[in-house]
Amino acid sequence: MAQFRLPANSRIKKGKHFTAAEGATRPQRFAVYRYDPDSGENPRIDTYDIDMDSCGPMVLDVLIKIKNEIDPTLTFRRSCREGICGSCAMNIDGGNTLACTKSVESVSGDVKIYPLPHMSVVKDLVPDLTKFYAQYASIKPWLQTRTPAPPDSERLQSKAEQELINEPAACILCACCSTSCPSYWWNSDRYLGPAALLASYRWLVDSRDEATGERLDELEDPFRLYRCHTIMNCTNTCPKGLNPAKAIAETKKMLADRQH
Amino acid sequence: MKIIETDVAIIGAGGAGLRAAISVAESDPQLKVALISKVYPMRSHTVAAEGGAAGVIKDEDSFENHFHDTVAGGDWLSDQDAVELFIHEAPRELTLMEHWGCPWSRKPDGRVAVRPFGGMKIERTWYAADKTGFHLLHTLFQTSLKFPSIKRYDEYFSTDIVVVDGKCCGFTAIEMRSGEVTYFKAKSVIIATGGAGRVFPFTTNGAIKTGDGMAMAYRAGVALKDMEFVQYHPTGLPGTGILITEGSRGEGGLLVNKDGYRYLQDYNLGPPDPWPRKKAMELGPRDRLSQAFWHEQQKGRTIKTADGDVVHLDLRHLGEAKIDERLPMVRELAKSYVGVDPVYDPIPVRPVIHYTMGGIDTNIDAATNIPGLYAAGECSCVSINGANRLGSNSLTELLVFGARAGSGAAEFAKARQGAINESAAKQEAEKTEKRLAALFAKEKATESIPGLRKEMNDTMESGAGIYRTEDSLQATCTKMSEIRKRSANIGLQDKSKVFNTDMAEALELDAMIDVACAMANSALQRKESRGSHQRLDFEARDDKKYLKHSLAHYSPDGNPKVDYRDVTITSSQPAERVYGGAQE
Repeated sequence: MAQFRLPANSRIKKGKHFTAAEGATRPQRFAVYRYDPDSGENPRIDTYDIDMDSCGPMVLDVLIKIKNEIDPTLTFRRSCREGICGSCAMNIDGGNTLACTKSVESVSGDVKIYPLPHMSVVKDLVPDLTKFYAQYASIKPWLQTRTPAPPDSERLQSKAEQELINEPAACILCACCSTSCPSYWWNSDRYLGPAALLASYRWLVDSRDEATGERLDELEDPFRLYRCHTIMNCTNTCPKGLNPAKAIAETKKMLADRQH
Repeated sequence: MKIIETDVAIIGAGGAGLRAAISVAESDPQLKVALISKVYPMRSHTVAAEGGAAGVIKDEDSFENHFHDTVAGGDWLSDQDAVELFIHEAPRELTLMEHWGCPWSRKPDGRVAVRPFGGMKIERTWYAADKTGFHLLHTLFQTSLKFPSIKRYDEYFSTDIVVVDGKCCGFTAIEMRSGEVTYFKAKSVIIATGGAGRVFPFTTNGAIKTGDGMAMAYRAGVALKDMEFVQYHPTGLPGTGILITEGSRGEGGLLVNKDGYRYLQDYNLGPPDPWPRKKAMELGPRDRLSQAFWHEQQKGRTIKTADGDVVHLDLRHLGEAKIDERLPMVRELAKSYVGVDPVYDPIPVRPVIHYTMGGIDTNIDAATNIPGLYAAGECSCVSINGANRLGSNSLTELLVFGARAGSGAAEFAKARQGAINESAAKQEAEKTEKRLAALFAKEKATESIPGLRKEMNDTMESGAGIYRTEDSLQATCTKMSEIRKRSANIGLQDKSKVFNTDMAEALELDAMIDVACAMANSALQRKESRGSHQRLDFEARDDKKYLKHSLAHYSPDGNPKVDYRDVTITSSQPAERVYGGAQE
């Protein structure tokens, strides 16, 4: 029978509330998803009132402040805090993005913070990305050539050829795009998802790569590539402003072109 | 306790760790490689390096130039045999990265492009726009996926090197996912865990750069070398400390004070024209530029902001097209974090802790004094960077010495005689379990992790910053030893086994305290000024007494014993460092 509610042990309950420090001049409420599998309890939403006058401007600043000053049990990944390492991807105000580049000011009302959607949750805001990385590895994301490289110098590549790979190579593998994609939600066991397909495209357009045929063969499958239904959530949500949807469309075009 | 057996184990999967893993895998596909990291490889801080990687490529450049720039830049504290090896290997490694697919920026003729960098006579910095570290890291990670012998253990927090009978027998790590302590039983181990910028409050370094590997080696009996030399990068964003690459000055960016005056000309770096003059003004070395800021601040010529004093980095004359082509990330960062679009306005910047020249004492083969234990990258001190690293030498260093550590560790693993005494090793490894159990069991914590961390940060900045004195350093050493003591009273509020970041932060703090004690005590005892180590009470360089590497030896009370070793000089006798017009 179809099940329309979350299983009983996944239903989100109301959690604790932490009031703002005394004398707060600019309080802002944050609703944060909490889940500790060790506790045996359901996930809950804890709310924290934070004085933005004593906190950095980004959502990551707030999470770090909560962890340092209010609740050391709050769990999330983070490192570079400048939008290049991809650790702190999460769902903020309904959209997938990086906590370190998302400013609190850009959200109106309470700031709701959840882990990336449709992934198993390890704890709090930490999703299990094992499959996501396996999909990335499955597209063989390394340079494949038959022609040996010149022994003592670089391969030549024109500026125009080089610039073709700049955008697809700029993906930080944060998983915001794939986890925003309904096709990926339903078929992530067989559909590669936008991040892996963007990575694949990066090699398809690299003038130095000599495995274009094999790479396309691997993608010619009803699921791996063609489960993309141009919903465009990926491009819409990418915190780096990249366009995986276009890369997927170009890949489909390359496949269509080689039929003729 | 879980035991994972391997031939070579590598701690850290950033640039150096990945390069080492590939080096082992290429040297012998039969060798099992375990690559252990507390984060996924592409989260490692190599990812944030922007400007580029140095290697001689232009016809008019020479190995001799790269050698001299590096040695003079390091104020003659570099081991010159290591520098010679480094500069010769550099172009080979950078070319190899191209062969592995790194998207280096190109010249119109299709060859790799290079840009000028601080302290360099001729352009030799290879770059991939201003995301060079990002692209190198991803290229290495991608290439590592080709090798079935490399097995990754992502999100394992490494804790202790296991030494039995004076030999390295692996190490312990905590699987974050389960909280389980794992003993990695390995014939050889490479530490590649990066630097320790987080010891200071204001740093370009990401949150993960807490010196874990340095502290592991230190506690196991390897000295930390030249720890007093900590680099301030002259251009970080106020507030966050986010890096604005030296490449922005390489492309023509200018530094001005509150009067719009190019103040560097007042500090033996001028004259300001003709621009660009190599090794002059904005293309001077990082130590000199950061020190010049300090003097400007003393003179009241910096600009006051809510996030402290700044100067301006002006890129406007480069124009939008060039900024977008060469410095897209700088534009993005300035817009996001200080609300400035460098196409239209100058970027506020100030010096910020960037790099630890010092680190785990290794020889030229990346080997430590413990047989079977190697180190490479920022966590190590081989030493090529001396008292001040030249910008764009570190990405090349992690390739050259990562590869070297890999081949050394592979050879060692193959040649190692006799089985590891597993029961003795396990006994050692169990100490980690006990330490952890005690941490979890502590009921009444009287010290908080963020509280002690802040006290450490503050005392390091106030006492061991750009300029230091006997009094300031003595105060910091005393404070650090007090913090070392008080750290026994921290506890955990998160008692969960699963992905316990409260625990990780406790362990990171522990490592940082060890590293900070080594830094402060080494600095106190070096009574001279050299490179990044500037003493107001000993303003001159003193080659008679201190043309030597300092070696800090671990002591549990936070007061390490510091002794010295001679610097290796091959062809360049110490001389005055000359920048600006005076060099011509």
